[in-house]
Amino acid sequence: MDILRFITAGSVDDGKSTLIGRLLYDSKSILADQLEAVERSSKGRTGGEIDLALLTDGLRAEREQGITIDVAYRYFSTPVRKFIIADAPGHIQYTRNMITGASHADAIIILIDARQGVLEQTRRHSIIASMLRIGHVIVAINKMDLVDFSEARFNEIQQEYLGVASSLGMKDIRFIPICALSGDNIVDPSERMPWYVEGTLLNMLEKLELSGDTNLEHPRFQVQYVIRPQTAELHDYRGYAGRIASGVYRRGDQVRVLPSGRESRIERIEIAGVEVEEAFASQSVVMLLTDDLDISRGDLIVHPDDLPFVSQETDVLLCWLDERPLSVGNKYMLQHNSRLVRVVVREISHRIDVNTLEHQPVEGAVRLNEVVQARLKMASPLAFDAYEDLRATGHAILVDETGHSTVAAVMFQ
Amino acid sequence: MNSNVNRNMDHLRQLESESIYILREVAAQFERPALLFSGGKDSITLVRLAQKAFAPGRFPFPLVHIDTGHNFQEALDYRDALAREVGAELIVRKVEDTIRQRGLTEPRGKFASRNWLQTHTLLDTISEFGFDACIGGARRDEEKARAKERIFSVRNDFGEWDPKLQRPELWDVYNGRIHKGENVRVFPISNWTELDVWSYIRAEEIPLPSIYFAHEREVLVHEGQLIAVSPFIEIEPGDLVVRRSVRYRTVGDMTCTAAVESRAVTLDQVVDEIMATRISERGETRIDDRVTEAAMEDRKKGGYF
Repeated sequence: MDILRFITAGSVDDGKSTLIGRLLYDSKSILADQLEAVERSSKGRTGGEIDLALLTDGLRAEREQGITIDVAYRYFSTPVRKFIIADAPGHIQYTRNMITGASHADAIIILIDARQGVLEQTRRHSIIASMLRIGHVIVAINKMDLVDFSEARFNEIQQEYLGVASSLGMKDIRFIPICALSGDNIVDPSERMPWYVEGTLLNMLEKLELSGDTNLEHPRFQVQYVIRPQTAELHDYRGYAGRIASGVYRRGDQVRVLPSGRESRIERIEIAGVEVEEAFASQSVVMLLTDDLDISRGDLIVHPDDLPFVSQETDVLLCWLDERPLSVGNKYMLQHNSRLVRVVVREISHRIDVNTLEHQPVEGAVRLNEVVQARLKMASPLAFDAYEDLRATGHAILVDETGHSTVAAVMFQ
Repeated sequence: MNSNVNRNMDHLRQLESESIYILREVAAQFERPALLFSGGKDSITLVRLAQKAFAPGRFPFPLVHIDTGHNFQEALDYRDALAREVGAELIVRKVEDTIRQRGLTEPRGKFASRNWLQTHTLLDTISEFGFDACIGGARRDEEKARAKERIFSVRNDFGEWDPKLQRPELWDVYNGRIHKGENVRVFPISNWTELDVWSYIRAEEIPLPSIYFAHEREVLVHEGQLIAVSPFIEIEPGDLVVRRSVRYRTVGDMTCTAAVESRAVTLDQVVDEIMATRISERGETRIDDRVTEAAMEDRKKGGYF
């Protein structure tokens, strides 16, 4: 059993909450008391049938206004896989919440209303998914009952969407016709769409091949914490704790520490105090080196023949997440996983319209939810990768130095 | 090594690795972090994860217990033994003392719960020791307000959670920077479900307090829930008190935690029962969440865990 994290994109009107409610309900992940609570609320609101959308509503304001404001996480599992759903709002004013949810996702379900076809928001959600390099896209064409379960309409929307996707460089795109309200093709196959034979949405989610998504080729390990027991028996123990971002490390490997550039060899790798021969991407480990180097939190340990960029200035894609605007010359803290470095925004070359991918000139400041191409200058050299090559070492955030809030998502180019 | 070697991690190892990563971020980013320990299975799991994260170094967090005085003795004994075993400093602060010192009103009623009052003691304890981060065992599958809370949840001087002003939490970059007086609540097992926790406890063979397994006990049957008979609840004429074989699915206050009927005496049997149950953990066992639809949201906004 492994874990699939996916995000659902679409607005309330597309039936996003109904879809999630349906997945949870039909996969028997909703327990009796939770259902009872929804039944009670449904009576007060819809006056009759259970409103599955209510299963996903969280905060009071959201229930009152019938909207999703923030990302909520839902959990369910089948015998083959554990699923974590990031239920994110779809409206443009919540783009930052969608980016937050999308940053954790292996896959995205993009909902399209069969009557409407591809809309501006479909394009926007797809653009965000491609910017964040979500590996798998499932286009769920919903409300098929309202277009008489027409195969022709399904094919038409599929062609329309492929037109959008072709410019985005998305790799794995699948299509499925559904009716979330009645549950057609969600967990149980639809009897009303016999022309569609590729299984149900749940099948699709269970079968997405994830093993190729973890990069095992390029070793990247960033030090989070230095373990020094300083006890009598472990007097000289100096272990570098962290989670392997990508690649495989073995005992005896020659390694280089960045940004200093010093080299050593791996003497030992431990997982929870137990020595292992090798360790690989996404394992939390402790590494010990043969030489006593000056290594601290934020340093990157790599193989000398497979190096990331080391630079003090670089181009990035910035998603602006803060109410206070961004202007050229502003200074921030850049948090690159465990490394903190001061940066200044040297240049903002253009804005990228998240609805069209069009480049637009930036006049004045950059505002909340805008995506721009910018150039950062770091106070000291930083070791990083391009986001499109290695997600884990290719991303960072900007933190407001005085307010401490997270103000931007950064993707290195 | 050949290239056919299996480098996939199963879901429990993935969750474990993520939680260890989060715990190490806490140790690295904060001056004075603490681990909130209730004696319940979730905080017991946290302790195991922290042991693994920092081995062979010393356990880097004190265990802090906000003691309502309404505890199961088994949980207290377990707490003391565990703190000794991991070599952690144990800090216990009592709600009773806060009630006296601050002139708070002791709750009344049939199941007079001090659960709400824990917030006062917790905030006092945070300022007494200057804790800048408090690690808790809350999970997002427990409750709908928790489903929206960040893993690093910044709280103001009053410990209040503002759901509309949460920091975006991107990838696994955790921003723990705060102003003086603020603190961060950190939830390393946010992405675990109840079943994940039980499966992990089974896989790791973590010992638990005995009340997690079936035992005979006198219980009061109240609105379908089974509440342990103790000096902390009022028994009235006409109340139905019976002797049943029960276990606890979650361990909190004796006044607000209900037991479930069970014959499960081993971890395997408990896990089987959890997999078969049709009622959620909080729904079955927590009396305090039933008050309003937004009970947890309100408590969190007021500084609760």
